[in-house]
Amino acid sequence: MPLKLLVTAKRVEDPESRIQVKPDGTGIVTEGVNYKLNPFDEIAVEEALRLEEQHGGEVVVVSIGGARAVTELRAALAMGADRGIHVRHDGPLDPVVVSALLAKVFEQEKPDLAILGKQSIDDDQNQAGQYLAERLGLGQATFASKHDSLESEAEQKRLPGLAVSADGTRVTVVREVDGGVETLEVRLPAVVTTDLRLNKPRFASLPGIMKAKKKEIREIPAASLGVDLTPKVAVRKLAAPPARKGGVKVADVDELVRKLRDEAKAV
Amino acid sequence: MRRRMPGLDPFTEDHQAFRRTVREFCERELAPHARAWDAAAEFPRALFRTFGELGFFGIRHPPEWGGTGLDWWYVVAYAEELVRCRNAGLAMAMLVHGEMAIPVIADLGTDEQKREFLAPAIRGERIAALAISEPDAGSDVAALRTTARRDGDDLVVNGAKTWITNGARADFLTLAVRTGGPGHEGLSLLLFPTDTPGFQVSRTLEKVGNPSSDTALLFFEDCRVPARWLLGEENQGFYHVMANFQGERLVAAVQAVAGMQLMVEDALRYAGERSAFGRPLARMQVWRHKLAEHLTAIEAARWLTYRACDLLQRGEPAVKEISMAKLFACDLAQRVAYDCMQLHGGMGYVLETDVARAWRDVRVMTIAGGTSEIMKEIISRAAGM
Repeated sequence: MPLKLLVTAKRVEDPESRIQVKPDGTGIVTEGVNYKLNPFDEIAVEEALRLEEQHGGEVVVVSIGGARAVTELRAALAMGADRGIHVRHDGPLDPVVVSALLAKVFEQEKPDLAILGKQSIDDDQNQAGQYLAERLGLGQATFASKHDSLESEAEQKRLPGLAVSADGTRVTVVREVDGGVETLEVRLPAVVTTDLRLNKPRFASLPGIMKAKKKEIREIPAASLGVDLTPKVAVRKLAAPPARKGGVKVADVDELVRKLRDEAKAV
Repeated sequence: MRRRMPGLDPFTEDHQAFRRTVREFCERELAPHARAWDAAAEFPRALFRTFGELGFFGIRHPPEWGGTGLDWWYVVAYAEELVRCRNAGLAMAMLVHGEMAIPVIADLGTDEQKREFLAPAIRGERIAALAISEPDAGSDVAALRTTARRDGDDLVVNGAKTWITNGARADFLTLAVRTGGPGHEGLSLLLFPTDTPGFQVSRTLEKVGNPSSDTALLFFEDCRVPARWLLGEENQGFYHVMANFQGERLVAAVQAVAGMQLMVEDALRYAGERSAFGRPLARMQVWRHKLAEHLTAIEAARWLTYRACDLLQRGEPAVKEISMAKLFACDLAQRVAYDCMQLHGGMGYVLETDVARAWRDVRVMTIAGGTSEIMKEIISRAAGM
């Protein structure tokens, strides 16, 4: 059974860039910062492409954001996704709004499976996938992983870690939990979020980058989707972590314990 | 309304998207193995396939042979980012294959030659080497002595080649041979499959730098290959070789500039972290000024290189500018490497530090692909001396 897969592609700050908090604490300095496709979403795109290779179907990527979000959609299309949807919104977002917008796109597209990164590496909230499943009343499997290692033969052959049944009604998901792994079976349509060890995403090839230019990206103004675009959460203040102070050398364990108790107040 | 002049930046968003792919691939998949591959004196052969799948070998070549048919600036972006694999031997091997040994097939080859040699090389399935230098003729191409004598429908090759990058691994060679009389009028290019009886890899040379790339001495004894593997016109090989050198030298200049940029980035980071006499090296005027000088010179080298690429891309005469770019960038790289290593102090002398390996590997750049002295000869002739 061919599968229709809806995958998220969020634009995030490249952690290799120098990230600085604005002096007034309202955000980060965006000048000189590079952006990239959220690595967890990259894994989601890779998983969708593998499922498509196995079952046939279509991979649709969706990104919510300003004009520049098209770059990340193109990156996902260059990996091999078939078409893109750009939900155009220039203001601030939170997971409540994001999941409401994604739910509208889901209702329009009617995919068999939505695959999202478990979180985005900018604010690490880890909520959009869960909210989305709840809004749609669908089953969810978060933190999808797999038994095979990323060095295994299955991984070299780019086999999917998610197992969709031949009749296309269920997906089996191995997920990481404290102290082990859990295997869930979820009825389709469903929402899955990806963890780090699900797969190693492919690099976009040069022919892939060129083909991506010709693929369709449909822009939908966020305001047209009938969703309350007011974030429920506002960022009050951002601050850089305190600079690490130089260490001191201690002569023996007694001195260490004394300093931990009297100076660091740690014991 | 004021008219705005177009900017000089030759890279479009598409070039930059490709640049990101090359950079991420190099940093994630190659750089973590850089030292191990140096220690093993080789890198996995399978990487040629990977490069092929990513489209790195077919950048400028026509789509009908598996290429992408793009411009020189994609090659520049590729060569610039490739230095981030932190293994100069690997970078050289890949550039020799994709940018030195096979473009001449795309330019001059018959359809049969493109099907047999170019297409599988673009896919990374057949590895190519460019075999020109000989034990008695390096820079002096017109003095080559390896012969290819006609015998019916075949050519019979005898002779030796040396300093051949990919020589031990190559599935075929783009080989310069003497088919006619002495001097530059008697040379031809020949596609030479290395499974031809009588061909022998005499030994892999132990080099100062680039340890992961195989550099070989090759022997040919009555090697019989079909005459239809002659590439381009018979006895016009000298001109084909000289034309092919232009792309090779441009790529060498690009690599030198990108390599320097990386060394200075490393030095800047280290200078910020490392303190001596109570303050970071980056606060010391001697190093601040030294690095400022190098950054300025690197910027000049970059734009000389881009100027040469612009001429080549537009099909204008570019020999003088390409020779200048190679001369300037590769010479400068020696001084930049020296100073960046010096700044690292003792850490600069241990091979676990990237700059130490870069210092060792950069040395070949004023020698390979035409020495600095040859570049000066070309430039002085072009200036009418």
